[in-house]
Amino acid sequence: MILAWMIIVLLLGGAGAWAANRFSALWSRYISLLALAIDLVLVSVAASRHGQTRIGQWLVELNLNWIPPFGISLHLGLDGLSLLLILLTLFLGFISVLCSWNEVQKRVGFFHFNLLWILSGIIGVFLALDLFLFYFFWELMLVPMYFLIGIWGHENRVYAAIKFFLFTQVSGLLMLVAIIGLYFVHGRTTGIYTFDYLQLLGTSISPAVAMWLMLGFFIAFAVKLPALPLHSWLPDAHTEAPTAGSVILAGLLLKTGAYGLLRFVVPLFPEAAKAFAPAAMTIAVIGILYGAVLAFAQTDLKRLVAYTSVSHMGFVLLGVFALNEIAMQGALIQILAHGISTGALFVLVGALDERIHTRNLDNMGGLWAVVPRMGAVTMLFCLASLGLPGLGNFVGEFLVLFGVYPINIPLTVLATVGIVFATVYSLWIIQRAFHGPQREYPRLHDLSPREVGSMALMIATIIGLGLAPQPVLNTMRPSVESIIQGLGVGNSKSAVAGSPGSLDQGGAH
Amino acid sequence: MTAADLIALSPLIVLACSTIVIMLVVAARRNHALTLTLTLLAHAGAFASLFFISSEVPRQVAALLIMDSYSLFYLGLILAASFVVALLSYSYLERHREQCEEFYLVLLLATLGSAVLVASTHFVSFFLGLEILSVSLYVLIAYQRSSELSIEAGIKYLILAAASSAFLLFGMALMYADLGTMDVSRMSSLMSGKALSTLVLSGLAMIIVGVGFKLAVVPFHMWTPDVYEGAPAPVTAFIATISKGGMFALLMRYFSRLGLDASSSLFVLFTVIAVVSMIAGNLLALLQTNVKRILAYSSIAHLGYLLVAFLAGGSIGSAAVTYYLVAYFVTMLGALGVITVLSNKDREAAAMIDYQGLFWQRPWLAVVFAASLLSLAGIPLTAGFIGKFYIIAAAVGSTLWWLVFILVVSSGIGLFYYLRIIVAMYKDPPRATQVTVSSLSLTDTIALTALTMLLVWLGIYPATLITTVQWSVASLSKY
Repeated sequence: MILAWMIIVLLLGGAGAWAANRFSALWSRYISLLALAIDLVLVSVAASRHGQTRIGQWLVELNLNWIPPFGISLHLGLDGLSLLLILLTLFLGFISVLCSWNEVQKRVGFFHFNLLWILSGIIGVFLALDLFLFYFFWELMLVPMYFLIGIWGHENRVYAAIKFFLFTQVSGLLMLVAIIGLYFVHGRTTGIYTFDYLQLLGTSISPAVAMWLMLGFFIAFAVKLPALPLHSWLPDAHTEAPTAGSVILAGLLLKTGAYGLLRFVVPLFPEAAKAFAPAAMTIAVIGILYGAVLAFAQTDLKRLVAYTSVSHMGFVLLGVFALNEIAMQGALIQILAHGISTGALFVLVGALDERIHTRNLDNMGGLWAVVPRMGAVTMLFCLASLGLPGLGNFVGEFLVLFGVYPINIPLTVLATVGIVFATVYSLWIIQRAFHGPQREYPRLHDLSPREVGSMALMIATIIGLGLAPQPVLNTMRPSVESIIQGLGVGNSKSAVAGSPGSLDQGGAH
Repeated sequence: MTAADLIALSPLIVLACSTIVIMLVVAARRNHALTLTLTLLAHAGAFASLFFISSEVPRQVAALLIMDSYSLFYLGLILAASFVVALLSYSYLERHREQCEEFYLVLLLATLGSAVLVASTHFVSFFLGLEILSVSLYVLIAYQRSSELSIEAGIKYLILAAASSAFLLFGMALMYADLGTMDVSRMSSLMSGKALSTLVLSGLAMIIVGVGFKLAVVPFHMWTPDVYEGAPAPVTAFIATISKGGMFALLMRYFSRLGLDASSSLFVLFTVIAVVSMIAGNLLALLQTNVKRILAYSSIAHLGYLLVAFLAGGSIGSAAVTYYLVAYFVTMLGALGVITVLSNKDREAAAMIDYQGLFWQRPWLAVVFAASLLSLAGIPLTAGFIGKFYIIAAAVGSTLWWLVFILVVSSGIGLFYYLRIIVAMYKDPPRATQVTVSSLSLTDTIALTALTMLLVWLGIYPATLITTVQWSVASLSKY
């Protein structure tokens, strides 16, 4: 039940935060923080109750009947993979509440209601082991996100919100069709009609059907990820969303796409995934380069950071479809690191916007002298974003490239070029905004203690991830190994010759 | 006709008798609240009789009607919906200060017509039910005699419905000419296993015209937006739910007996109607700025979705249709209930501006309306989501891939106009207008609260209803 409580607490907390707004906006914020804190306790209890996971085992599992006529159950499960992502979710949840402390002054209660409901939908996605339930949560987070962008966003918010909603909803429906298709394929071959993930694993499907079903899933996840050419909702949504919305979008919503690929696409359709891998990797590399080039061309700082997400998530897609352990681990580290580094950048852009009321790079310059603390922090996260060794993103990108190299050298080279571009646009931010001739600013105050606190947390995490990724790798290893095992011995062993295990241990020391 | 037959018909008899009783009461003493109470009691009595006769089913009453689990379920649905419509009408009519009592009489009659349809197994009862329903609707639609729009809608409906009835009758005559029977079961045994004659085919096509008109599917949809807009909001709710639902139930029952072969030309005909309805309904809704008209076009699209499940056939298809209809009833009543509550003597609250800022002025109403719209769009936590899931499941199970694809795309288009209304609701309220926030009456509060709770309940825990629906449609497959 502890897993169900993790979702319920956030749902209740959201309702409570809305109700508390009658008394004071501050209460809404405190209740949100409290709900997140309770969830954090629940997660740690759930995780500590059973130590290490072995392959194919769940730390905690919950299985209740929900809609028996359809074989739908409330099946939740926590393993290393979902544990890490849920920790990231809660972490960024705290950050989002903190960063909207000053920014959001209108309709505070409803804001926190939406915020917490999105988070509970995301946690549900990370926990669901029933495909119907998964889809349920997948859709559940859309509506509050839509409100978050549409009500508290910037100038062009309605357009961005609707675009976001349409893209994700329609692609989600395609996934629903694929889920139902899989349900019938499984039911007809075995006679058991069920949406249970564990039972659907290993369904024998004819290659052509498997490819179509896999594409149904893939499109939904590729929209969220986002992968070219389904990314066009992202720059708008990220730019127009309030800071907390951008943090959640970039830090968490995109990750649900990556998670879906890892948890569902690859294990459910191993053969189709193998057949599709070259195409997916090509899309990924195009995304890396395209995102980086477009990021460089932006003058809106927030839009710039949004495009870097397209580029960075390309690495995740690349790593997943390399279909070997080391690249997959890299993709996972990249997911975590990108969530934190981009989240931090969005918070900083939001803080800047709050102070100088513009996001346009042309109107900035010389800020370092005025707000040095902010400059230093931005510098650090830009460095993280360009993949400086010692920071989390480097580990992720490095492992991905390492895993992809034996499979496809040209793509590896091109992806590496993407990192060069990343260097350019990251330094470009620093150069245009913080260096250069100083402009006239009204009296600016530097980061407040609350902002310094949340930034310090993020800095500590990103450095920790960069210097000592081994605990994280250990946590996720059973999950990754079981995915690789599901792929069948033939492919993974011949491609990387059994070396990943020893290599990644070497890499960690 | 034996006593047992009469007992089996008790829901219909209760409805018919109570209409007469209420008429006499109104003649003796005009009192709005009293009339409402009696109407609600009539509904409750008819509803209770369903449980009373549930041990007697299935029972064929003469050749005309059948009382089986399917009829019982749909009767219950229609009665419950009509109950809600009566509840919502009360304060609406109070605000309009017209002669209110007759409204309930006609409402009961219309409900009776729809109830006859769902139990019909014979062309005679089909036509009888349809005419009781239509004639009552002429009155209901034009009930607001002071409003031009209402009168116009009434006349439009009168002319078109009469024309479509003529088609229907002609179609029935053609089939009778060839088959020599009007009993659907006998027809199906005469038709099975051989190619249909031209006479039967053209007869069927004309009947489909008549049915299509009532269902408002493309290309028989022209009346829908005007009538939705012009009719008083509770009547619009009645047309959207009970009138269409009864007809769809009849369609499903007839074709479960006649059989709908995937290779037949009828199948192609229905496929075309479904596709065109889904696409045209959603696209035309995009162009509207009037909320009632948007709902009208969206209902065309929703009937298209229902046809997809109807075409999927089999027990899962009929179960999907039935579930979706329940969800649709709840949702539409909720949405039109909000419109009813917001309408006042001068005008119906149908312009987009009436909803601007509703979220901040009357949050509960806005939440009800938003929930209804999201349910129409098929978003989780609402009944519409499970309904859409059910339909897609039925269609995928029958491998109707193209229909599924069109359903997905067109419901994507559909999202757009639902969101537009929601966007309007959370914008800042218009400054110019005076905010006249009248508190909700008791009847409206009860109706809307119950609908919203049902909407969410069916979206979260649909298992009970699914089991009931499966039980009810099981009686269809016995033929």
